[in-house]
Amino acid sequence: MVVFLIRRLLAGILLVILVASATYIMLNFTGSDVARNIVGETATPEQAMAKAAELGLDRPIGVRYFDWLGTTFTGNLGKSWFNSVPVSTTLLTALPVTLSIILGALILSAMVSVVLGSIAAVRAGWLDKSIQVGAVLADSIPGFLVALILAMVVAVNLGWLPATGFVPFQRSVVEWLRSITLPSIALAFGATAATTQQLRGSMLDVLRLDFVRTLRSRGLSDRRVIFKHVLRNAAPPALTVLSLQFIGLVGGAVIVEKVFGLRGIGSIATSAAVQGDAPVVLGVVIVMVVIVVAVNLIADLAYGWLNPKVRAE
Amino acid sequence: MISTVEAPSGSHGGSGSPLLSIEGVTVQYPSKGWRKPAFTALKGISLDIQPGETMGLVGESGSGKTTLGRAVLGLAPVTAGAIRYDGKVISSMNRKERRSLSDEIQVVFQDPYTSLNPALTVLDILAEPLMTAGTGRAAAEQRVTDLLEQVHLPKDAATRLPREFSGGQRQRIAIARALCRDPRLIVCDEPVSALDLSNQSRVLDLFIEIQERTGVSYLFVTHDLSVVRYISHRVAVMYKGEIVESGTADKITSNPDASYTQRLLLAAPVPDPERQAVRRATRQQFNAQLRMAEATGQAN
Amino acid sequence: MTIPPIDGIVAAPAGGNIARKRHVAVQVLQDPVAICSLAILLILILVSVLAPFLTDQDPLKSSLAQTLAPMGQEHLLGADGVGRDVVARLLYGGQTSLAAALVAVGVAFAVGLPAGLLGGYYRGRADAILAWASNFMMAVPAIIVLLVVMAAVSQSTYVAMVVLGLIVSPSVYRLVRASVVSVREELFVDAARVSGLSDARIIRRHILPVVQAPSIIQAAQIFGVSIGIQAGIAFLGLGSPNEASWGAMLNDAFANIYVAPLLLLWPGLIICLTTASLALLANSLRDILGGSRKRTQRHLERKRDAESSSAREASTPAPADYAPVAEDVLLVVENLKVNYPVDGGRRTVVDGVSLTVSRGQVLGLVGESGSGKSQTAFSLLGLLPPEARVSAERLHFDGVELNSLGRGAMNRLRGKRIAYVPQEPMSNLDPAFSIGSQLAEPLRQHLKISAKEARTRLLGLLERVGINDPARVYDSYPHQVSGGMAQRVLIAGAISCDPDLLIADEPTTALDVTVQAEILDLIRSLQAERNMGVILVTHDFGVVADLCDRVAVMHTGKIVEAAEVRDLFANPQDPYTRMLLSSTLEGATPRPPLNRKPGVPNSTRPNPALPNRAQTA
Repeated sequence: MVVFLIRRLLAGILLVILVASATYIMLNFTGSDVARNIVGETATPEQAMAKAAELGLDRPIGVRYFDWLGTTFTGNLGKSWFNSVPVSTTLLTALPVTLSIILGALILSAMVSVVLGSIAAVRAGWLDKSIQVGAVLADSIPGFLVALILAMVVAVNLGWLPATGFVPFQRSVVEWLRSITLPSIALAFGATAATTQQLRGSMLDVLRLDFVRTLRSRGLSDRRVIFKHVLRNAAPPALTVLSLQFIGLVGGAVIVEKVFGLRGIGSIATSAAVQGDAPVVLGVVIVMVVIVVAVNLIADLAYGWLNPKVRAE
Repeated sequence: MISTVEAPSGSHGGSGSPLLSIEGVTVQYPSKGWRKPAFTALKGISLDIQPGETMGLVGESGSGKTTLGRAVLGLAPVTAGAIRYDGKVISSMNRKERRSLSDEIQVVFQDPYTSLNPALTVLDILAEPLMTAGTGRAAAEQRVTDLLEQVHLPKDAATRLPREFSGGQRQRIAIARALCRDPRLIVCDEPVSALDLSNQSRVLDLFIEIQERTGVSYLFVTHDLSVVRYISHRVAVMYKGEIVESGTADKITSNPDASYTQRLLLAAPVPDPERQAVRRATRQQFNAQLRMAEATGQAN
Repeated sequence: MTIPPIDGIVAAPAGGNIARKRHVAVQVLQDPVAICSLAILLILILVSVLAPFLTDQDPLKSSLAQTLAPMGQEHLLGADGVGRDVVARLLYGGQTSLAAALVAVGVAFAVGLPAGLLGGYYRGRADAILAWASNFMMAVPAIIVLLVVMAAVSQSTYVAMVVLGLIVSPSVYRLVRASVVSVREELFVDAARVSGLSDARIIRRHILPVVQAPSIIQAAQIFGVSIGIQAGIAFLGLGSPNEASWGAMLNDAFANIYVAPLLLLWPGLIICLTTASLALLANSLRDILGGSRKRTQRHLERKRDAESSSAREASTPAPADYAPVAEDVLLVVENLKVNYPVDGGRRTVVDGVSLTVSRGQVLGLVGESGSGKSQTAFSLLGLLPPEARVSAERLHFDGVELNSLGRGAMNRLRGKRIAYVPQEPMSNLDPAFSIGSQLAEPLRQHLKISAKEARTRLLGLLERVGINDPARVYDSYPHQVSGGMAQRVLIAGAISCDPDLLIADEPTTALDVTVQAEILDLIRSLQAERNMGVILVTHDFGVVADLCDRVAVMHTGKIVEAAEVRDLFANPQDPYTRMLLSSTLEGATPRPPLNRKPGVPNSTRPNPALPNRAQTA
C-alpha cells in the first residue's frame, strides 16, 4: 500500500510537470504579440520591445522554458505580466472561494447520491423509475444552466439567498454558507446524478451476490444487510465515479463562478487566458492539477479502506 | 515453417509413432506483481497419445491439468520442453503457423455457456471454422446439417441461438464445432462436468461413438475418476504441476500405486451406502496411516 | 431423430428467438421515449440545416436600432443586446453546435476506438503505455485546457471540439478496452482461435459486435457533453464573434439578464432539449441493447436454466413422504408450492412437495438441475426472491407455523434455530469484512453477548471445524483463505447458535474430491454430536450414500420417490430414480487399453454400460 501510494504520488508530480510544460509551450506559440498587448496600441514599437526585454520574451524559447521550470520548482510562480501582482498572492485570495464551492458540491453529491442510490436500488417500481429518469436528465443538463436557473429563481426572484459575492469563512460562518449554497448546488447537480446512477447499478449487482442471501440466512435484518454489507461492497465503483466527477467539478467551477460573480480561480483563469497573461494561466493550471492529484490520492486511500483485497496488495 | 522439425519416422499414422508427444514441458506464467517469482503451472511433463486413443488427464483444481490442455492448443506459454504433433514441433510456432493446425487439433471446453458466442446462431457458429478454411457457403451449410446429425441434434437447431438449448445440447454443439474440420486430435477440457448426471453419460457415449467412427484421439481432462475410467484407454494423474502416475484406465482407477491416486480414489464417494461405509472407513484408516508416516518422517 | 426428453429441447418454438434477433431499429421504434428523443433530435438537425430557407435574417448582422427589440413581426423572438435576430441565431447556432459536437464525437472515437481494441486485445506493453496516457489525460480538467487552447491557438469552436474530442477519447478507450478484455476472456474467443480464425477476423466477428452497443451509447453521451461544454466556453466569452452559437447567445443574454430575462430562455431551452434528448436516447438504447448488463444477464440466464422446470401437468397426485411420525419430529412440510411470474402467467418450480425431518435425521433431497430441490430448500428458509410466491398447507417447524411468522420473528428463528450452508464457499462470504466480524455479527444479535465473548466462542468453533490456526483465520479476510477453509468457516457460522435444523445446499459441489470427503466427515460428526436434523440438497448419489438416512428424489418440482437410503439404492421404485441411478458411471467397466493395429480403426470397445442404460437413453 505504501509503495503504491508513493508511486501514485510520483505519477502525480510527473503529471503536474507534464501538463504545466504543455501549457507553457502552447502559450508561447500564440500568434499575438503579448508585449504589444501589455503596453497598448498607442505605444511605440521601441516601448513594446523594451517591455518584451523586461519580461525576457526576447530570449529563445528553450532557455525561457528551463528558466521557468527552475523557478517554478522553487515554488515561485512569478508575477502577472499585466499588473505585476505575484501570482501566488492572486491564487491565495481566489483559492478559498473555489475550494469552498467545490468541497460543498462534493459533500452534497456524496450524501444525496447515497440516499437516492440506495432507495432506487432497494425499492423497485415508480420510485426507482423516477429517480433513474431524474438522474439521466440531471446528468444531461449543463451545470451552468442549472446555475443560471437557480440564480434567476432563488436569488433574483425569491431573494432567499445572495445572487453574487463570496463571504469568507472567517468573517461569518452563516454568511459563508449562504454565499456558497447556490453555487455548490448548481455544481453538484451533474456529479450527484452520475454517482447516483453508478451506486444504484452496483448495489443491484451486489444484491444478486450469494453472500447477501447467506447473511440473511443468519437472521440479520434486511436493513442491516443493505446498509452495512451491500452499501459497503457497492461503494468502491461509486467512489471511482465520484473522483472522476471531481475533475469535472473543477472545470464546472470556472463557469459557475461567472454566473454567481465569484472571484475564484476560474474567473482569474478566464480573464488571464483572454489577456494572454502566461504566468497567471500557468499558476492556475498548476494549482488545479495539484488539487486533482491530491483528491485522487485521497480517493485511492478510501478505496483501499473499503476494499480489503486492494489494501493487502 | 521454420520451426518445423521432421521426426525420424517421417510419415504419419505409421508403426507406433505417437500422434502427440509432450516432452518435458514446463509452463510458467510471468507474475503480475513487482519482483514476485513467476508462477510455474507445469513442471517438465512428458506424455504421448497414439492415433485413436483417449488419454485421460485427472487431477484436482490447481494440478495443472487444464494448463496442459491449453499448452497443446497453443493457449499457454511453453517455457521449456517441446510438444510434437505428428512429428512436428508445435510448441514454438507463432500464431500464424499455429492457424494451419486448426484442421488437425480442436477443442471442447468445460463451460457450454461461455464457449459459444451468445450472439451467433448455431449455423454461424458451426460454419465459421469451415468458411475460414475456404469452404463455400452452400457446402458449409450442408456440412453443418451432417454435423448436427452426427451429434444427434435436430436439423432445425441450425437457425437457433445457443441460449435456446440445455447444457447437454450446448455441449453437443461444441462437439460439432470441434468436428467441423475432421481433426485428428480433440482436447476435451472437463466437457461433462457442468452437465447433469443423465446427460453426462449420453455425452460420453457420443464421444466414444465419434472416436470409433473417425479414429480421432482425445486428450480428456477431468477431475472425475469415474468419468476418466469410462472414457480413457490410458490415464495420467496430475498433482501440483506434475504427473504422479500413469497407466491403463483399469490400473489407475482400481489399483493405483501412487499414494496420491489412492487418496483420490478413496475420497470419491460410491453411490451405495454399504460400500461407501467400507470405503469411508478405509479412507479414514489410510489417512491416519499417512499422517503417522509423515509424523515419524518428520521426527527422523 | 428424436431427442430424449431430459436432454430435450426447451419447449420454446423456433420463433422464440426472433424477438431477440429483431433489428435494433425496430425495437427503438417501439420505445416511446426513444421515438420522442429521436424525433426532437431529427427536427433540430433538420431545422438547423434548413436555416437559410427558414429565415432571411443574418445571424451575425448587428444593428444598434434593433437592440433588445421585442418579439414581433420583424423579429419573431425579438433581437439580442446588439440587435441580432434571435430566431436566426438559434437556427444558425444549431448548425455550429451540432456539427462541432459531431467533430468531438468523431475525434474521440477515431482515437479511442483503435486504442481500446489494440490495448484490450493484445494487452502487453502497448496497453500499459495507453493506460498511462489515458490516466494522465483524464486527470486534467477539460475546461481549463480549452481555455488555454482557445486563448492561445484559435477561437474557432471546431478547433475547440477537436481538442475536446482528444480530451474525452480516454473514456472511449477505457470503455472499449473493458468490453474487449471481458470478451477476450470468454471461451468462445479461445475456441475461435483454435478454429484457425485470424486476429482481424476474431476482432471483427466476435469482439466488435460486443463493443458496438456501449459505443453507440457513449457516442450519444459524448455528443451531449460536447454541446454543453461548447455552450459553456462560449458563455465565458471565448467563442469566435464570427460564429453564431447557442452558448454565445447565453453570454449575450446573461449581460442583459435584468433587462430582458427572456433572452436567456430560448438558448437555454434548446440546449436542455438537445442534451436531455440525447441522454434519454442513450438510456433507452442501453435498455434495448443490454449495454453493460450483458454479463449479469447471462449469469441470470444460467441461473434460470438451472432452476427452471417446465413443470408438466401430472394427473397423479404427488406422493407424500409419510415418514414414521415420531415424537421428535422437527419439520413437517405439506403440499409446498413455489411459483414465479413469467410472461402471461406463472411458472411452478416446486409443485406440491411434502416431507418430514426428525431430530437427528439426515434427509437427502436429490435431483438434477431444474428439479426444484434448491427452491424447496430456500423456501423453508424464507430466502426466495420477492417475486416468488410460496404456499403450503403446513410448514411446521418444532411447534411453530412458519407460514404465519412475520419478518422479525423469522429473522429471530433464521440463523439461530434453522441454519444454512451454501454451495459456493468463496462467494458466500462478504469480501469487505473480516471473517471474524461477519461470523460474530449474527451471534451477538441472537445470543445478546459481548464482542469478546463472541470471539471466544467462535475461536472454539473454528477449531472444532478443523481449522488449525483459528485466531489467524478469524482476523483474515475471505480472499485470504482457500475454498475448503471458507466452507469450514461457513459451517462454523451455521452451527454457531446451535441450530436444530441445518439446510445444506450442495455443500461440497464446488470443492475438490479430497476436500469434499473431509467436509462430509465434518458434517456427519457435527450432526451426530449435536443431534441436528439436516436437509442435504445434492445431485450426487455418492454424497447421498455417504451421509443420508432418508432420501427424497425430486423431478420437475415434485418428489417422485422417498425412501430409507438403503431401500432406495437396493430397490428403486420410480422409473426416474432408476434412470438416474443407472446413469452413474461408478461400477462401469473401465475402458481397456487401445488395441492398435496400424491403419485399422480401433473398434474393440466392449459395452460396459449397465444393462438398463440402453432402455433409458
